[in-house]
Amino acid sequence: MTLETVGFWGLAVVLLASSLAVVLARNLFHSVLYLAMALVATGGVFLLLDAAFLFGVQLLLYAGGVVTIVVFAIMLTEQLVGERIRQTSRRLAPGGVVAVGVFVGVLVSLGRVSLPTARPPFPGNQTAALGEALVTRYVVALELLAILFVATLLGALYFARPDD
Amino acid sequence: MGLHAYLLLAAAVFTTGLFGVLTRRNAVGILLGVELMLNAVNINFVAFARYNAEIAGLVFALFTIAITVAEVAIGLAIVIAIFRVRQTVDADHLDLLKG
Repeated sequence: MTLETVGFWGLAVVLLASSLAVVLARNLFHSVLYLAMALVATGGVFLLLDAAFLFGVQLLLYAGGVVTIVVFAIMLTEQLVGERIRQTSRRLAPGGVVAVGVFVGVLVSLGRVSLPTARPPFPGNQTAALGEALVTRYVVALELLAILFVATLLGALYFARPDD
Repeated sequence: MGLHAYLLLAAAVFTTGLFGVLTRRNAVGILLGVELMLNAVNINFVAFARYNAEIAGLVFALFTIAITVAEVAIGLAIVIAIFRVRQTVDADHLDLLKG
């Protein structure tokens, strides 16, 4: 058992358990906290895959930003104490059938293809290569992303405007 | 660990998120399920990038994360706007567009 194997199984258990808790917890606030745990565990998987920069991005944007926004949204739309934060689920059986069906479908198609088992060495510094790719080959997409963020900002401001 | 293990883990997280999207009543709960699904896709991107020594997968994952943050911000703004008008975020009651 190498360190990577131990880390992978540990992270897999944490990730799957917290994912299940996100969709099954009755308290909406607990769901968000479990989501934060799942996001950090995903960041750990990125570390196992030698993507240290993405681990940082994941922690900052996802576990930091997204979870904060969701907590704010819950505080604005639910009462933290009392019955309203309790959430019920509906149509558990059909939902479970669809989810298991999709999983089995992926499982079957994964069993049919042969995938690489060894990791080829990455040429050079991965983070530096990522940065270089962003401002050369993918520069148009990066600029479009900037436009998307401006649009998002304007949209959020529009929704947050006071009633008049 | 081969690529298979990472893809299987991602598939399990994705279907868990799918289950959440299908069964949750609360609009915020549905968004949390979508988050899980997007997260699982990112695991796939990074795993394929690593096992093929290809930078494009990492770029794609980076863009997915950035766009997801924008999506969550707007999605929750819409949820709050709906709450201000209808006083509920239960997806079963939000059927104004139903023909």
